Amino acid sequence: MESRLIDRFVDVVGKAGVLHTPEDLAVYSYDGTFAEGQPDLILLPETTEQVSQIVRLAGEARLPIVPRGMGSGLAAGSIPMPGGGIVICLTRMNHILEIDTQNATVSVEAGVVTADLQREVEKHGLFYPPDPSSIRHSTIGGNIACNAGGPRCLKYGVTGDYVLGLTVVLADGQILTTGGKPIKDVTGYDLNGLFTGSEGTLGLITGALLRLIAKPIYASTALAEYNSLEDASCTVNAILSAGILPATLELMDQTAITCIEEAMHLGLPTDVEALLLIETDGADQQTVDREIEVCVKICQVNGARSAKMAKNEAERNSLWKARRSISPSLARKAPNKLGEDITVPRSAIPEVVKRLRAISARYGLPIVIFGHAGDGNLHPNILFDKREPEQWAKVEQMVGEIFATSLALGGTLSGEHGVGVLKRPYLENALGPVSIGVQKQIKNALDPMNILNPGKIFPI
Amino acid sequence: MNQANGIEKPDESAYLNCIRCGLCLAVCPTYREYLKETASPRGRVALARKNLEGEMELSSNLVEQMYGCFACMACNEVCPVGIHPADLALAMRQIQEQLHPASWKQTLFAGLIPHPGRMETATLPLRLYQISGLRRLVYTLKLNHLLPAQLRDLEAMLPHLPRRPLRPALPQVTNARGDTRSRVGFFLGCAQSLMFAEESSATVRVLARNGCEVITPKDVQCCGMPASGYGRLDLVRSQAQHNIAVFEQYNTDVIVTDCATCGSTLKEYGSILADDPIWAARAQDFSSKVRDVSEYLMEIPLEKPRGRVDLRVTYHDPCHLRRAQQVWEQPRSLLGLIQGLEFIELPEADWCCGSAGSQLITHYETSRRVMDRKLDNLANTGAEVIASGCPGCQMQLLSGIRRRGTPVRVVHPVTLLDEAYEAGDGKQID
Repeated sequence: MESRLIDRFVDVVGKAGVLHTPEDLAVYSYDGTFAEGQPDLILLPETTEQVSQIVRLAGEARLPIVPRGMGSGLAAGSIPMPGGGIVICLTRMNHILEIDTQNATVSVEAGVVTADLQREVEKHGLFYPPDPSSIRHSTIGGNIACNAGGPRCLKYGVTGDYVLGLTVVLADGQILTTGGKPIKDVTGYDLNGLFTGSEGTLGLITGALLRLIAKPIYASTALAEYNSLEDASCTVNAILSAGILPATLELMDQTAITCIEEAMHLGLPTDVEALLLIETDGADQQTVDREIEVCVKICQVNGARSAKMAKNEAERNSLWKARRSISPSLARKAPNKLGEDITVPRSAIPEVVKRLRAISARYGLPIVIFGHAGDGNLHPNILFDKREPEQWAKVEQMVGEIFATSLALGGTLSGEHGVGVLKRPYLENALGPVSIGVQKQIKNALDPMNILNPGKIFPI
Repeated sequence: MNQANGIEKPDESAYLNCIRCGLCLAVCPTYREYLKETASPRGRVALARKNLEGEMELSSNLVEQMYGCFACMACNEVCPVGIHPADLALAMRQIQEQLHPASWKQTLFAGLIPHPGRMETATLPLRLYQISGLRRLVYTLKLNHLLPAQLRDLEAMLPHLPRRPLRPALPQVTNARGDTRSRVGFFLGCAQSLMFAEESSATVRVLARNGCEVITPKDVQCCGMPASGYGRLDLVRSQAQHNIAVFEQYNTDVIVTDCATCGSTLKEYGSILADDPIWAARAQDFSSKVRDVSEYLMEIPLEKPRGRVDLRVTYHDPCHLRRAQQVWEQPRSLLGLIQGLEFIELPEADWCCGSAGSQLITHYETSRRVMDRKLDNLANTGAEVIASGCPGCQMQLLSGIRRRGTPVRVVHPVTLLDEAYEAGDGKQID
């Protein structure tokens, strides 16, 4: 990049906020996937105003802008496309600006780590429920830009359900603020909804006002072991049809369990085909306990080999630590993994599990199945070695079949990771030409020069 | 490790399965201060991989990123795949030294540090600075405020130095008080001898009191950690061999050290020399005998201290003890034995203090920022004393505490146990 242009960026964010050594460029070329693409420059702004000035400069120079937080994304959404561009990394905008206990809201900058946000509001008895597995190594800005989910979404909803307002830097550098503290607001279009999940293609989210709820005081966790994966998936519907809404209802198959055990030695049974991890929570101990007991009974009736409640907080924590580690610990089995997050109507869970296993058997590559079965969101992970061209070819075909399966059962491509680069080829099938046409018009209206995270979401 | 063109390099298993999940970013002290990927374990693994696979040269900036790691090993512990980013950063420093050996490292790590006598001479000016009263004068006249910030912080690192190093002063054999129940080899570390002689004297007293005949060989060399940190694995190996041979002469039941760093290195001799047919078994045998003093004291029947130590005490986990040796319950248990002592758990007790050996010298800004996090946590406890069984951590804490002007005492946990014993003995005399 021209040094004159670099100097102009230095004027905006200072020397310490501009990175461009070959080593810097190399480490900002990846996210939580196997994909890579090198930027020309990395900028680490500390204020919305700085972001606005950067965007204006980039616009003048027609430079692609790739927004990024801690780079834990699973759709290659924050990776520069061929042709490079500038990465705007918002990790240094990490201040919690206000916790309003009366209105139960929190105002944050985009770079706040989600776990830090939760810890701070919990000090005031408040609760921010969304809990993506990357909670300790992802930022709230990234969570909003991808509309992140997590286990607790079954009961509490996704990130977008907590967005009351946003600060967004638009493609021309203007600063837009949306929404506000009122819970109900139908004045104009729902711009919060528009920018949430837009993956940095419509504007750069630099701040957010989030809704909080009262922190549930009690929680009970149960673990059910199954000799049959199908029985486990059938139990999910049995529980939800019984009028109980657990906070979480997580499924993991044998390979997932084995991987966690190898990584963490928690004493999980590795001889079962599946585990269900169930948690109920609320403000009243009796209700929480009664509900978990009913869940345990339903598990037993539906073929669980054993179903037990966690004895204490330590046991509960270790179960959740295990659940959060599944995805990364799969890498013990193979150099690469491709984790999808298809979501189907929950009645289709047993069927989708059956079909995923058939795909795995047909291609001879393992598909690990785990996920938030309660809301129909599964994470089939294909394990492979990208250095083997034959395997890679199979993987591409398998992904196509996984998506086709989800769509055939009335599901979607992605429940919480987003489209990014990796799911672009399948978008047409999922949405159809009319929907894609509308979305392209929105993109074009907000970013006519196509400088905001170009190449993401839309099929080329 | 594998050999290519005579250069030892890590196997591909050291990086291949990194899926770049980013979990290590959450626990890395340098990432959390700078919030940039280049200062993160995942970034270091990516750079190491690119170099080892021939995509990037071993530039001075790339090597600098490897030296930017504080080797606290938090990433090693958290990695769900089982990759050890901190170890990989060390391995990259070793490659650099094999390709382009730095002559000052030869002088420092081969010529000076392994030789206790030379170290004692070299540090004489520091002792004179204190013994002569010059240091008190500097503080009275506030001359230290004239120093640049980094020098001032380095000056503040100096503990109250012993009049002379402990190595020549400590008897080679200290008899057990009462019946001899075990024969203990004491590995007296360089920093303990030169800086914290009173603490190691206390360690020997506590061991002897609990039925240990303590043998302190005088001809040991540096454990090897400094050379390891600067990429000289060859020197670590020769120092390991020397120390193993020294202790073999005494046939002790265990080898105890009161330095977390020494302990972690001594326990690694077995793996450091695993590929050496002559030394592998001897090194394995040596390492299996090594114990941190708190670890060993909790293994043996321990006399309950009768004296009181009325202090509010907190404890900082040295990385070389908590993560390298999995020793963290024992020092807390030891403190729990002392009557009158009110123990307050330090928030983020196992977060690196920023010492990392020499980072206050080589990475002053980062080291200070990491230390500030520790000092904030310390202030929240309201403790009068912070215990930690590592001279590096102790010096770092001393420096920070003096800079902030908070009256908190820094001490080895076993020294507090010794004080409780002494107080109990005092009572008997009354």
